[in-house]
Amino acid sequence: MANREEVPKVNAGSMADIAFLLLIFFLVTTSIETDAGLHRMLPRINHEPPLPISERNILPVSINGDGKLLVANELRDLAELRALTIAFLDNGGALQNDKRYCDYCRGDRNQQSSDSPLEAVVSLMSNRETSYGVYISVQNELVGAFNDLRNREAQRLYYMDYTKMESIYLNPETSKVVKEDLKLKIKKIQELFPLNLSEAERN
Amino acid sequence: MSKFAKKKSGELPAVSTASLPDIVFMLLFFFMTVTVMKDSSLKVENNLPSASEIKKLEKKDRVITIYVGKPTPEYAKVFGTESKIQLNDKFADPSDVGDFILMERAKKSQELQNVLTTSLKVDKNANMGIISDIKEELRKVNALKVNYTTVTGDAFTNLQ
Repeated sequence: MANREEVPKVNAGSMADIAFLLLIFFLVTTSIETDAGLHRMLPRINHEPPLPISERNILPVSINGDGKLLVANELRDLAELRALTIAFLDNGGALQNDKRYCDYCRGDRNQQSSDSPLEAVVSLMSNRETSYGVYISVQNELVGAFNDLRNREAQRLYYMDYTKMESIYLNPETSKVVKEDLKLKIKKIQELFPLNLSEAERN
Repeated sequence: MSKFAKKKSGELPAVSTASLPDIVFMLLFFFMTVTVMKDSSLKVENNLPSASEIKKLEKKDRVITIYVGKPTPEYAKVFGTESKIQLNDKFADPSDVGDFILMERAKKSQELQNVLTTSLKVDKNANMGIISDIKEELRKVNALKVNYTTVTGDAFTNLQ
């Protein structure tokens, strides 16, 4: 009975090996990735004919099968697209006494271009042969143009970039109070420059 | 004969490795918690295009993924080299996309069903034709929130 006192110790030396084995397994199978990309809302299917939009409020952008870009019926380079889009959206051509007059626009106020950012629509047309890479580049530039303008307004009103506000808002660690505050600001900016971007396919 | 006479020993004391398992376990738990097991293996080439104006897809449980691209070499013999859609583990036609979305949506809990995003992981060499077909199908089942999933980078590199 006296022998009971001496319980033999379990050798824990191999514990590290076992743990290493598991560790290596998880190391190999892990893929730490957060997906990111361009968010878009597709239009609902409706069978009513679309509302008529006057031609000066549409910026037609089309991409052909070779990835060539046609902006407002002129062959353009992708690098020019952002500036062209900003100029179009920010034009604010409506006259001062018009109810569509845009008091925050800083564009040329050209009568031949868009009336106000609320009316302006960018229409992106692609072809079945257009490569997806080119299409994404063009989308990226268009969204970039909207973001640039939204950033400008957000800086003017709230001294903060719109894209920054959005990323804070989407971060799950942000507190509710901050989110509520940001939600209103984001909404306000989105109302100033709504993302009027239509995608269509043309054969 | 002081009490504190130094022990005269030539050999160095061995470094204790007793805490090694603890350290390794700590790492192990880290990787266990951050691991996301892949639920489907890719059967198509998937070089995502790059873009800079991107938003993150934060909540994994609200995302349905559709892959598009050329079949990988091992499947190319059977399925050809035209771009194909992959849903879960199978190749599919554009007409199957609607059913797939409805099925995936039914699997999610009630409160998530209205906030789902469809993530389109499309190879940059794919054509827009197949994407348009998918978009048309998505509109039919009212899955309007779409994310063109990309990698972070300069969008101009897609042109080459």
